[in-house]
Amino acid sequence: MSTSTADAVVPYDEVIAEFDPVLGLEVHVELGTNTKMFCGCPTEFGAEPNTQVCPVCLGLPGSMPAVNATAVESAIRIGLALNCKIATWCRFARKNYFYPDMPKNFQTSQYDEPICYDGYLDVDVETDEGMKTFRVGIERAHMEEDTGKTSHQGGATGRIHGADYSLVDYNRAGIPLIEIVTKTIEGTGKYAPEVARAYVTALREILRGLGVSDVKMEQGSLRCDANVSLRPSPDAKLGTRTETKNVNSLRSIERAVRYEMTRQAAVLRAGGTIIQETRHWHEDTGITTSGREKSDAEDYRYFPEPDLVPIAPDPAWVEKLRSELPENPAVYQARLQAAWGISDFDMMAVVRSGALDLVAETVALGADQAAARKWWVGELTRIANDRAVELTELPITPADVARVEALVGEGALNDKLARQVIEGVLAGEGSPDEVVAARGLAVVSDDGPLLEAIDAALAESPDVAEKIRSGKVAAAGAIVGAVMKATRGQADAGRVRELLLERLGVSE
Amino acid sequence: MSETPSITREDVAHLAKLARIDLPPESLDHYAEQLAVILGAVAQVSEVAADDVPATSHPLPLVNVFREDVVRGSLTAEEALSGAPSVESDRFRVPRILDEA
Ligand SMILES: [Zn+2]
Repeated sequence: MSTSTADAVVPYDEVIAEFDPVLGLEVHVELGTNTKMFCGCPTEFGAEPNTQVCPVCLGLPGSMPAVNATAVESAIRIGLALNCKIATWCRFARKNYFYPDMPKNFQTSQYDEPICYDGYLDVDVETDEGMKTFRVGIERAHMEEDTGKTSHQGGATGRIHGADYSLVDYNRAGIPLIEIVTKTIEGTGKYAPEVARAYVTALREILRGLGVSDVKMEQGSLRCDANVSLRPSPDAKLGTRTETKNVNSLRSIERAVRYEMTRQAAVLRAGGTIIQETRHWHEDTGITTSGREKSDAEDYRYFPEPDLVPIAPDPAWVEKLRSELPENPAVYQARLQAAWGISDFDMMAVVRSGALDLVAETVALGADQAAARKWWVGELTRIANDRAVELTELPITPADVARVEALVGEGALNDKLARQVIEGVLAGEGSPDEVVAARGLAVVSDDGPLLEAIDAALAESPDVAEKIRSGKVAAAGAIVGAVMKATRGQADAGRVRELLLERLGVSE
Repeated sequence: MSETPSITREDVAHLAKLARIDLPPESLDHYAEQLAVILGAVAQVSEVAADDVPATSHPLPLVNVFREDVVRGSLTAEEALSGAPSVESDRFRVPRILDEA
């Protein structure tokens, strides 16, 4: 049964001292194909309910599925990018279950014949000893279809327990999904949460690079389930695992794994046993709660899909797809890092914020790499977090940022004004040049108005003026601040300081 | 090799549960017998099929039947929902489901 009360947890350091964590990650990726896996319905996100459905994806009698060629190609490309072997012959299978999210009473999936299998992905994690590479084995990547969306009505929690009835929208039912399953991930020790996050981050970059999915976690086009178990030591047999669902951001993956480790440790330490179950992650409270126990009811009676013929990818086709794969993101990153001459740590910050392509484009448009990183990894990432959107969804482009930086380079804007221009662009006031014009933002470079403002500020604070004259140059900050305020930040603070000291006949 | 496969009452109860069929306990033996006969009949295939006959799931020797990724017309919501026993907010309204989530 569900419970909303928090379970006991053990401090993370103690978990690590007493237990060895083992992970398994399942990632579902919605492909960005035009149509569904087995029918010609469109796959647009956010359409009116039940308007992207047809007899096939509604499971109406007599309808027959037909496999989307592009989805198969995407599956193979994903497998190749993950260093997988590609099956020479494989089939779809029916996964039978009774739940109204699939109107057919089964989901068409793959069972013991996945199209891609036995690959790996190397991921880098910052450790106490510097950057370390962990190899995450890929068990399989198989094709299946997404389910419809059910919303539970009535009841207090919106969850299924206590719901009076459910409403179902089948627009999502049948959208091509690739499920990518890792082998058990061992040997991470205390870095298990970071490895989990780094894996999904790297996977997302690869998928983005392949152009097979929009990989938007907040819209559910990339979803991660985290299997976590603990054992007393690396040579002990595997402990019972739990599967945490609904982990919808990179940060949550790290947090959810960490939380599950601390919760399981508390159960084990108290002499209890871990129940093999599904657990739900709660983003707001940062805990997991018990969902459904895995039981023998979970017997899906898989059998080969009789309405679809097998898939036997022609080796020549596979080799052609392999030769056309984009540059591996890890290689691409290494190349950019060398070009920019930045540290592993700084590069990691760019990658983790999902800003790599944006920074690269901004630099390509002429901006300095440090400035491009400052905007995208600092200011803009913070704003994106505040708005709970992806960086790429902010209404600002690398061209805008590059233009702002060009204006800074020309001396037309200072840091403070540049910030205001960025703010204006984000507020939909137009291009950087339009914002500058509309807001009347420009550095006051004429000394006349500055000297006037300086004289006014000195007259305002004669005591400060006296201090500076007597050699306490540190006091100049107060006058410079007053001048900057008077000119609404449009002055160059360095120049104001120069003029001020000159005026008072003091040297630094 | 051709023994009549045995099906227990428990097997039948399990299958009934998976198929969401409410079988009264007194009928379990009855169905166990019938299912055993059916399995026995199907098992004869393995006597006829030699090692050189692979298990097959499709009668036609076809592979790679694909559809181009081109949008075709969908139904309207009205059409899609026209056969639904219950509808609310353009969605299919279904009973709440116990024991599954
Ligand atoms: Zn359809």
